[in-house]
Amino acid sequence: MNKERLVLVGNGMAGMRTIEELLKLEPDLYEITVFGAEPHPNYNRILLSPVLSGEKTIDEIILNSRDWYAEHGITLHTGDPVEHIDRRKRLVRSRFGLEVPYDRLILATGSNPFIIPVPGADLPGVLGYRDIADVEAMIETARGFKRAIVIGGGLLGLEAAYGLQQQGMEVTVVHLLDTLMERQLDKPAAALLKASLEKRGLTFLMEAQTAAIQGRDRVESVRFADGSEIATDLVVMAVGIRPNMALAQSAGIHCERGIVVDDTMLTYDARIYAIGECVQHRGQCYGLVAPLFEQAKVCANHLAKLGYGRYQGSVTSTKLKVTGIDLFSAGQYQGGDGCEEILFQDPGAGIYKKLVIRENRLAGAVLYGDTIDGAWFFQLMREATDISAMREDLLFGQAHLGDSGHGGQTQAALMTDEMQVCDCNGVCKGEIVKAITSKGLFTLEDVKLHTKAAASCGSCTGLVEQILASTLGSDYSTPEAKPICTCTDYSHDQVRAAIREQHLTSLSDCFEKLDWRRPDGCHVCRPALNYYLISTWPAEAIDDSQSRFVNERVHANIQKDGTYSVIPRIFGGETSPAQLRAIAEAAEKYAVRSVKITGGQRIDLLGLTKEQLPHIWKDLTDAGFVSGHAYGKSMRTVKTCVGSQWCRFGVQDSTKMGIELEELTWGSWTPHKFKLAVSGCPRNCAEATIKDFGVVAIESGWELHIGGNGGVKVRATDVLCRVTTPEQVKEYCGAFMQLYREEARYLERTAPWVERVGLAYIKKRIVEDEIGRRAFYKRFLESQKQAQVDPWKERAAGAEAHEFTALKQVNG
Amino acid sequence: MTAVDDKTWLEVGTLDEIPRQGARVLKREGGDIAVFRTAADEVFALLNRCPHRGGPLSEGILYGRNIVCPLHNWCLDLASGEAKEPDEGCAPAYATRIEAGRVFVCTEPN
Repeated sequence: MNKERLVLVGNGMAGMRTIEELLKLEPDLYEITVFGAEPHPNYNRILLSPVLSGEKTIDEIILNSRDWYAEHGITLHTGDPVEHIDRRKRLVRSRFGLEVPYDRLILATGSNPFIIPVPGADLPGVLGYRDIADVEAMIETARGFKRAIVIGGGLLGLEAAYGLQQQGMEVTVVHLLDTLMERQLDKPAAALLKASLEKRGLTFLMEAQTAAIQGRDRVESVRFADGSEIATDLVVMAVGIRPNMALAQSAGIHCERGIVVDDTMLTYDARIYAIGECVQHRGQCYGLVAPLFEQAKVCANHLAKLGYGRYQGSVTSTKLKVTGIDLFSAGQYQGGDGCEEILFQDPGAGIYKKLVIRENRLAGAVLYGDTIDGAWFFQLMREATDISAMREDLLFGQAHLGDSGHGGQTQAALMTDEMQVCDCNGVCKGEIVKAITSKGLFTLEDVKLHTKAAASCGSCTGLVEQILASTLGSDYSTPEAKPICTCTDYSHDQVRAAIREQHLTSLSDCFEKLDWRRPDGCHVCRPALNYYLISTWPAEAIDDSQSRFVNERVHANIQKDGTYSVIPRIFGGETSPAQLRAIAEAAEKYAVRSVKITGGQRIDLLGLTKEQLPHIWKDLTDAGFVSGHAYGKSMRTVKTCVGSQWCRFGVQDSTKMGIELEELTWGSWTPHKFKLAVSGCPRNCAEATIKDFGVVAIESGWELHIGGNGGVKVRATDVLCRVTTPEQVKEYCGAFMQLYREEARYLERTAPWVERVGLAYIKKRIVEDEIGRRAFYKRFLESQKQAQVDPWKERAAGAEAHEFTALKQVNG
Repeated sequence: MTAVDDKTWLEVGTLDEIPRQGARVLKREGGDIAVFRTAADEVFALLNRCPHRGGPLSEGILYGRNIVCPLHNWCLDLASGEAKEPDEGCAPAYATRIEAGRVFVCTEPN
């Protein structure tokens, strides 16, 4: 059967990203031909500024080599733009007369620099700033000439100015308005930026309107509306871009400011898609790369005939790519009606921050000098998180939400290449920058995969995102809703909603109904799906042990040498001589190599082989123990202090409360591990304020805390409310756990979850809505009926025997 | 089957004894071999040591023809034992065959 023919007009980042996404989905569906106007294969246009400033070479920014096109069977015509589309015959014709028929056509013609229509704009020495040819011409000019004028004090203009200055030219930036980068910055931030660039030797002429470019054979000077003149050897026009839609218009395809497309990236011709800077979607044209990549995914989804992708527009953020200057802006940074502003200004230190808040949500941000929290603010904006509870600390960033985290650097721009970014895997800044540029990485996930930075504990994620942003500059932003893994385009929230709404009860249901790309998923999505299934349908879903991480499958913790550790449950941390004797005897009988008291007040027996596990479990369960679930994304322990039973300060019986809470909650599976503690008085010896659910006894009852964490990043809890009776403590605890179980994403601890959805939301569901709380609690108790079956006892009695025995043993 | 084959091919058990999308271990002095069964009932065998830090591959999550090491998430191709890019390394692979539901592993690496 003949393949369908797909023709791509425009060999740039948007078009080629679409082809790459398509090949991932359907490598063999189309015979693909690509036309490009430039003589180069696809390169990383957003790295042109580092090429201009001499920090990179052109070879270093090539994304797809000619070999890549050949390997994928793609016919590539470079330096030969398409000049005619015959929609009736369905073919395109190039400048050199090549005719190629199509079944599907993608227009990715990008944009053109806007050249101000003043006399002399066509003189030699007047350039736009758009492609490799422009950059080569600028570098060439810098070799023989000294003076340059850049018209346009926006993002692109400033990057061009900085690059030309690095090439040794004296640069004047001419700007029509009184504020630099007025589309991204407010006045105070723009003033700081200007001062900093002036210190680096750039000259600015503000509020100046260009009247004419003068010269005989090439540019010699620029004259302004007020009659003044400046002599120059080069003029770079960086006043904006215009979607390049000439080809589409000549073919009669509907265009307004750009080629008009719908949410599937289709133009008014059902065989012709358009993508990238040439398009107008819901009235909006985009000039940054992140939206283009989101569009590419959607377009590829339809080309692959999956038919469910939808592009709904993008929120964009901006970073300036001038070495040593940290600047970030996103959203409605100018504020306006109904907006409030939070400001921080320290001109001496060169730091300025502004957050714009509307209806308790972050609507915009401008950061200058300290941008470490840019990615986090951007996330709060996209997730529309209610920030009322953290408003006071918001400006100081994620690291300052009440606590101190693991130390480390916070400002990527100040770091040298040798400084360590990821303290778990020992990855330095230089390695990350090199991987981003040499391997063409665009996302945090890519960087994690290639460098392992931020791939372990994740505490350097913000720093890695900052490095990614400063390396890729203006065009970096995180995608809207992250898919679970590469098997699907659906996010965690979408998959969970589908499981609930479509009543999916098995993994194979999910794979089939949700069009999973791999027939049996992967190691990332399967544990997540399995969790969503069993937490949504506890009585019906089949728990797939092969989709659980080894620890949860084997009910013990795997160690670095492949042995296991076993932690029996000791309710509330209160034990007895008989229990200790039973543990001691088991430890001796199975020659346990280490016995260790854990951070959660339990006893860890380490160094057991897999074959020994059912045997030691038999001894322990015979002595009355159940599994401690220290291995699971599950309720771990309830830590307690002795409380009023013994302590002279204790105001409530915290040990008893802890035992009752542990009896209530043990065995439950949660999105991530879940820890509790109960303290007998406000001195808080059980450290309840760094637990997922903490209880602090007070004279009049109990104070309930949520969302604490003592791990990667210390986070003190938020106070949920105060209650008076132990029954209420249990009800609130069960209800909170159930809300977390039903709504947090898999592998999301309560701390980031509470920050994401906002304390106000949790209070609304658990404290203010009494009927809702009761319903959550009821569902929790219902689910616990299935959960509180001791897995150790079952296995000691012979369940899953294949798991704990060798298939065969041979000698030699 | 030749005489040489008799020495190197070893019957390890039946297909039913290995869980689908899982593995069992052939214990032996020269290093344990993990015997995997995919969702499509194919059988593969690798030395049960991840080339990264020696993790027991038999305990990993299996999908398609891949096994993910439980210690640090390296992903290996079941047929070749090669680590998936960008990681680099290889676990020795052993030939397998199934005859009437009985599983044989060649104890000399490929």
